Amino acid sequence: MDHDAIISFQNVSKHFGKVKAVDHVNFDIQRGEFFSLLGPSGCGKTTLLRMVAGFETPSSGEVFLDGEPMSVSPPNRRPVNMVFQNYAIFPHLDVRGNIAFGMRKAGLTRSELDRRIDEVLELIKLPGYGRRGADELSGGQRQRVALARALIKQPKVLLLDEPLGALDKKLREQMQIELRQLQQQIGITFLFVTHDQEEALTLSDRIAVMSEGQVIEIASPSQLYESPGSRFVADFIGSMNFFEGEISSQEGSTVRIQTQTLGDLSAAYPAESSTVGQRVWVAIRPEKLLPVFTEPQSRTNSVAGQMGASAYLGDRSHFYVYLAQRREPVLVALQNLERMKDHLYQPNQSVWLQWALDAVVVLPRD
Amino acid sequence: MNNAVTLSETRLKLRKLFLKSEPVRGYTLLSPTLLAMIFGLAMPLVVLFTLSFWLQEYLDFIRTFSLANYLEFFQKPIYVKVLLKSIRISGMVTIATVLLAYPMAYFIAFRVKSNKLIWLILITVPFWTSYLLRVFAWKIMLGYNGVINSGLKSLGFLTEPLAFLLYNPTSVVITLAHAWAAFAILPIYVSLEKIDRSLLEAGRDLGESAWMTFLRVTLPLSLPGVIAASLLVFIPTVGDYVTPSLVGGPRGIMIGNLIQSMFGQSQNWPMGAAISVMSMFTVAAMIGLFLWGTHSYRKRVA
Repeated sequence: MDHDAIISFQNVSKHFGKVKAVDHVNFDIQRGEFFSLLGPSGCGKTTLLRMVAGFETPSSGEVFLDGEPMSVSPPNRRPVNMVFQNYAIFPHLDVRGNIAFGMRKAGLTRSELDRRIDEVLELIKLPGYGRRGADELSGGQRQRVALARALIKQPKVLLLDEPLGALDKKLREQMQIELRQLQQQIGITFLFVTHDQEEALTLSDRIAVMSEGQVIEIASPSQLYESPGSRFVADFIGSMNFFEGEISSQEGSTVRIQTQTLGDLSAAYPAESSTVGQRVWVAIRPEKLLPVFTEPQSRTNSVAGQMGASAYLGDRSHFYVYLAQRREPVLVALQNLERMKDHLYQPNQSVWLQWALDAVVVLPRD
Repeated sequence: MNNAVTLSETRLKLRKLFLKSEPVRGYTLLSPTLLAMIFGLAMPLVVLFTLSFWLQEYLDFIRTFSLANYLEFFQKPIYVKVLLKSIRISGMVTIATVLLAYPMAYFIAFRVKSNKLIWLILITVPFWTSYLLRVFAWKIMLGYNGVINSGLKSLGFLTEPLAFLLYNPTSVVITLAHAWAAFAILPIYVSLEKIDRSLLEAGRDLGESAWMTFLRVTLPLSLPGVIAASLLVFIPTVGDYVTPSLVGGPRGIMIGNLIQSMFGQSQNWPMGAAISVMSMFTVAAMIGLFLWGTHSYRKRVA
């Protein structure tokens, strides 16, 4: 076990009857990290979080918190605090009462406690809200109070269970920035559960992508997006075009790949994991495909197609381009740097798609 | 012809008024309930109140204003004494019922996972027999040669039957607590059921044990149910006269028995009315005191 790990999951499984909610999970979270658990609903991310909080006990394996095994300690004896999905603000207490709830045994004098409450109210930007009742708060304010209530306890890890899910888009984006700043300011480890990949990418130092109770990949946001390790991750995070291919030759860390739709192309692929004749997925992000309307001189890393439907999204546009030998269209995303010129993009128009050498991600296919 | 036109015009006008005016519509829709309230609740109260200021002379009322009944109420010690005893007995019944009902309501709300309805129906099963039968059943249970005494005797725990089981205030408390249990369980159950389970998790998460979480989160949040249950049990039991007259014995009589005798054997309706009014005011004062107490408790928790 890594000694700098604040949380360590060691072979953790959780079964509910016959359902394996969490299946042999092994990984460490470093001190001071903003760590996200990302996955579709039912992937076990919330169960994993609740095992850290103490609301679920692992069926097998052990969760270590700062080196201590946790499975026998009840939730109230753990140095972690949680921001609940619905915030769980006590309706019979005002804001101060909610924030002070966990401080009963802290041994503070009345004035010390008042000072600490004022400090966290300042931290969450709700100074002067102490005497508001729980029902007088907006969604965003409730969320801040839930944060303050947990942070005043100075937990070793703050657990956040989809805390931004109930907020509208603008407020959510604002809270994302504030959460990130707050975490950097106080330096506490955050363990964040979300199904929103954009949110995970924005906030996290590292992300664990989960599916069906298992951790598929752990990496930084840019690594996950730019060089995902599997088709599942590539598909789950952002949009991706996949093409079937086969490695035809290999030179150092560059491989030539034969595809039916894109022709021959070269791409970077670590030599140790490739063999000639291996079946692979060639994956290219929609924004890394550049449409041009005059035939390019070089035919390498480009393919001819026909324009299909398009969708205007304001900041960018999506095009569906049909290639020969391929039934489903290729998705192309183009930043609308200039004002939209509709007449340029007509259905059935000939178009060539170009890409850079490093735009191609090669993934194993079996 | 002309007549028909004006008739339909008036109807149209009325209809317009009904649709346009919020108060008219409100009172019209309210009228059935309002009439029932006036004739069923307000009128009898007025009659009772008026009656309490009259006097009885053989079979006739002396219909002049008099405070004699109220003076008698305070001069003869029996009335105040019995009233206070009724309050005490009902208070004990209320406490016993709520203390018994809370764990049952808690169990159904938090521990029963499926078929809660069946549990709730089971709680009402005793009510499928008449109130009188249930009181008589307790008489059989608690009696000198009753189930408890003969059971303990045949098991060899007793040589002489316990005399204190029946015909005293304790037997009234036991019988009433059983009779009113469902009225306490249901409101407490409803208020417990409404508590968001994540609030209990939040209590644990913030460092409180299960017991302290109960005291600091569950109990204050279920207080509305406890208050409702207390009032539902306390108010009707103060005036109850069936149970005390059947299982209370001479020491277990309550204010309801006095009122009943005034309207019955003693043939003094004005005096009965005066006792009723005094009993009503005392109960109202007790409720005020109780609500004030729970309110300040809630403030203290917050």
